[in-house]
Amino acid sequence: MSKRVAITGNEAVAQAMRQINPDVVAAYPITPQTEIVQIFSTFVADGDVDTEFVTVESEHSAMSATIGASAAGARAMTATSSQGLALMWEMLYIAAGLRLPIVAPVVNRALSAPINIHCDHSDTMGARDSGWIQLYSENAQEAYDNLIQAVRIAEHADVQLPVMVCMDGFIVSHGMENAELLDDDVVRSFIGQRTPKHSLLDVDRPATFGALDFADWYFEHRRQLAEAQTHVKGVVLDVAKEFAKVSGRSYDLFEAYRLDDAELAVVVLNSAAGTAKEVVDDLRDKGMKAGLLKIRLFRPFPHEEIVAALAGKKAIAVLDRADGLSTMGGPVFVDVRSAMYDAPGPKMVNYIYGLGGRDIDTEQIAGVYWDLARIAETGKVTSPVTYLGVRE
Amino acid sequence: MAQVLEIRWHGRGGQGAKTAAILLGEAAASVGKYIQAFPEYGPERMGAPVLAFNRISDEPVRVHCHVANPRIVVVLDPTLIGKNDVTSGVPEDGVYLVNTNLTPAEMRAKLKVKGGKVYTVDATQISIDTIGRAIPNTPMMGALIRATGLMTLEEFIADTRHKLEMKFRSKPEVIEGNIKAIERAYQEVQSE
Repeated sequence: MSKRVAITGNEAVAQAMRQINPDVVAAYPITPQTEIVQIFSTFVADGDVDTEFVTVESEHSAMSATIGASAAGARAMTATSSQGLALMWEMLYIAAGLRLPIVAPVVNRALSAPINIHCDHSDTMGARDSGWIQLYSENAQEAYDNLIQAVRIAEHADVQLPVMVCMDGFIVSHGMENAELLDDDVVRSFIGQRTPKHSLLDVDRPATFGALDFADWYFEHRRQLAEAQTHVKGVVLDVAKEFAKVSGRSYDLFEAYRLDDAELAVVVLNSAAGTAKEVVDDLRDKGMKAGLLKIRLFRPFPHEEIVAALAGKKAIAVLDRADGLSTMGGPVFVDVRSAMYDAPGPKMVNYIYGLGGRDIDTEQIAGVYWDLARIAETGKVTSPVTYLGVRE
Repeated sequence: MAQVLEIRWHGRGGQGAKTAAILLGEAAASVGKYIQAFPEYGPERMGAPVLAFNRISDEPVRVHCHVANPRIVVVLDPTLIGKNDVTSGVPEDGVYLVNTNLTPAEMRAKLKVKGGKVYTVDATQISIDTIGRAIPNTPMMGALIRATGLMTLEEFIADTRHKLEMKFRSKPEVIEGNIKAIERAYQEVQSE
């Protein structure tokens, strides 16, 4: 049976990696991810896992080695944050383009400059169009559960795509909270063995990976990559259903918290969602019809379901912990608003918050709901994009 | 909102404020509480003021923001008082537990607080006597258990002994010293 323990996000993710027991892990340390791989390396040293652990000289090499291992047929993982993910940039696209089911926890941290080790989502938001699936996690429990489910999602025959499992740096990675871990044999039987259709080491059925692909076929292969993304939603839901049977915890494409009858909705992902739930409860007690939509699957973007969940609301605020720097709002806002274009129109506004680890508290989130109440009443949006909690 | 006990630890880098918050969180979790334990991460330097936090509740803790209004403040280093605002955000009925050889009444005057409760314990001396060096975090936890009644001393010691045994397998004297420090502080903590 699973048991509830006090654990940090990094420890929980390292435990999930131990239970997954990947064939190959190649990684390079970077704050706040370092602990994950550091703890995992003790499992390697103690013989708790059978993993070939490759210490490399950079994140570019970490992703390259992971790609090579995955193409060879191995279950391969890495982990990173911030500048590390940025340095993996060109290899991220290759992992997705080669349809390699790599799973990588990413501990969200701001990008330089100025240099900053704390949480925001600039790193993974920059990778949102790389072809990787992205799952976001509110707390240590979700990071653990998402990582285990990610293996099944990535390796599913209809998907064959890499998955990033994101959690907030320091807030979740280094904060200790409660989580229930599954038994090792439950995880192992849940994820099963990887059985690749093609692999470099399958000498009876030789295959080429990463061949030159000009105007004659490149477009078709990219089209197939886009097609694969359309299978992800269904697989995420199927895997979640099976995961609920072994864990008792249910997951969806997103979490709708008191959203059904809500008139005012906030859309947010990762740890701020927990804080926002407290605000929703508090405002409900005061008579406001407040609700929350917490995105779990951000790539591919489950736009039909999100539109269905948000249609008919009076006003919606999307909270972004990354700035698109486009002067029209953050990346989550741009996607949600674009998806809502064909829906009967709630007013929509965007708040950029929490960059570089700036705290977001219940009072600020309550302020967002009060703004929405005003917008719903007057029908007027005076500030489509607001920077929340910044000195101007 | 469910009742959540919020604690703020004030210390200096090297005094074990973060470790204390983590050990307290683990001990509370071991008796079925929902917890959070986290430090404020800044530039990490020996001797620089540091903060650590706990949330403890009978219900799952969902908020992920800083602790702004702690009901309990633990001060590991009394030289911080006056330099850092240890009373910041603390409600009228807040509880202060300070590592000092002053009496609670003397400490109340230094803190300049009217309401609430002030507890004092000479955790530095206790740690020198029992562990052999000035490391006030474990005795302060013993005093905190007494001041708050979060759990019984026996429950707390059982879990903390287990954690110390994992960390100091090769140094049994460190384990016994810490346990003695916790017990002594539990006995010696003074209230008004």
